[in-house]
Amino acid sequence: MKSVQKIRQDFPMLSTHMNGHPLAYLDNGATTQKPQSVIDAITHFYRDEYATIHRGVYELSQKATQACDDVRAKTAQFIHAPSIDEIIFVRGTTEAINLVSHCLGAYVQPGQDVIITGMEHHANFVPWQMLCIRNGANFKVIPITDTGELDMDAYAKALSENTAIVAFGHISNALGTINPVQEMTMLAKKAGALVLIDGAQAIAHAPVDVQAIGCDFYAFSAHKCYGPTGIGVLWGKKTLLEAMPPYQFGGDMIESVSINKTTFAPIPAKFESGTPAIAEIIGLGAAFDYITKLGFDFIQKQEHSLLIYAQEQFEACLPCIQVIGKAKHKASLVSFIMEGVHPHDIGTILDQEGIAVRAGHHCAQPVMTRFGIPATTRASMSFYNTQEEIDRLVNALEKAYRLLG
Amino acid sequence: MNKTDQLYQEVILDHNKNPRNFKELASPTHKAHGINPLCGDDYWISIQVENNTVQDIGFMGSGCAISKSSGSLMTSLIKGKSTQEALDLKNTFLELIMTDCTDECREKAGRLKVLEGVKQFPIRVKCATLVWRALEAALSQKDQAISTEN
Ligand SMILES: Cc1ncc(COP(=O)(O)O)c(C=O)c1O
Repeated sequence: MKSVQKIRQDFPMLSTHMNGHPLAYLDNGATTQKPQSVIDAITHFYRDEYATIHRGVYELSQKATQACDDVRAKTAQFIHAPSIDEIIFVRGTTEAINLVSHCLGAYVQPGQDVIITGMEHHANFVPWQMLCIRNGANFKVIPITDTGELDMDAYAKALSENTAIVAFGHISNALGTINPVQEMTMLAKKAGALVLIDGAQAIAHAPVDVQAIGCDFYAFSAHKCYGPTGIGVLWGKKTLLEAMPPYQFGGDMIESVSINKTTFAPIPAKFESGTPAIAEIIGLGAAFDYITKLGFDFIQKQEHSLLIYAQEQFEACLPCIQVIGKAKHKASLVSFIMEGVHPHDIGTILDQEGIAVRAGHHCAQPVMTRFGIPATTRASMSFYNTQEEIDRLVNALEKAYRLLG
Repeated sequence: MNKTDQLYQEVILDHNKNPRNFKELASPTHKAHGINPLCGDDYWISIQVENNTVQDIGFMGSGCAISKSSGSLMTSLIKGKSTQEALDLKNTFLELIMTDCTDECREKAGRLKVLEGVKQFPIRVKCATLVWRALEAALSQKDQAISTEN
């Protein structure tokens, strides 16, 4: 068994300090820290192997092209996609969802339903809302329960032949709820709808098998799974990607161009116009390697035990706190409000203790509205966090309450 | 005093717990909404101006300790002042917490000095200035008094 102390040494940022204290990084839901192997892969590429892809006939360019293709294959394997051509490199989850909502424009007819849930990140909310406005479709938001779980009865009732698209998060970033994605997908497919899953919060914390889930699209960002910023993945079923029009036009995505006619390259190139984020793709490959080496058995065990510990400590030491999001199946994060103390003040006090958490609406304002609160404070854990860091969090929260409560 | 204690001084904690003029006026002559979409601070300022004098002022809404205590101090200090004096005080306050201000500015700021600690927390400066910006917006609608009826 790998020790967490040893694993922490893989992440240079984890031995830094903030405001004179060792950094306790508990904002992994926003973005994760990077292991040295990811940093090295990017540096090595820039220093020793840098060239563009596709265009060069020279060896360096061919190697870079090969390196990116290798990561595409690795990505397919990581989410168990049936074909590497179904892996589209994009800037991140946000771009992936915008791409799909845009390119499915002609698919959604006036009067049809597009269904999402009340726990979506704005990135999986607003693109669909806008699509509905453009197309005269109905935008339906399935309510969530007091524990922060999806109201499955309401969901099942909302689905019908009239449902064009269903989009939902695998794991909620604001509440930690792990959605029953397989069951939700099955119900939506039964109604004949297309299904997109926002996997931003899941990709680093649970094994993903897009074929077992049965969805049509799956989106995630590299920076939330120990990889670099500026790169993410859209996986889509081949037949759909082939039927969809391109998203952006330019270099790399064409087959031939003349004054009279332009034809487009086959997938995935069709959706990857312009010079891609080559170094970031390579960094993503290194991130997958890191996760794979550690293994999801270890990751899930570690993160679950941190969640249990945090919940116990909160319950025992912090009666002033109300946890928002108490789903039975929950990711390793605790979103909460403190009696009489605004999350922004909590964030500042924790910051002064070297503890990084998120304070705000988490780009999920409809969730905040649902619970009648302006914002929450959120501590989100990774396998590299420790019980000692949770202890520090609890102590700092006690201090915040003494001061401001 | 460490930075946290400099920020959350007794006076600020008191104004946060017991904000003064935490109310909405029934028929204000001036009104404005101030929101900080990033952190969710959200206040309405309502003012009753007669003969260029702030007869009454209230602020209502929700937000962090810094924004709330700033609103409480602001409304306490501005009641009874002329609108010009109110705007001058706003300028003094902005200078106090957004610049390397002079002792003269500190002098003029008077009780507002307790908020100077915010300076060390750049992302919190907006919390402290929010209600003052709303005050400015409310008072700048000089000729078109906003009633609660429209
Ligand atoms: C659930 C969820 N969806 C989408 C996003 C957007 O990801 P990105 O900003 O990397 O595009 C996030 C990131 O905060 C998220 O948590």
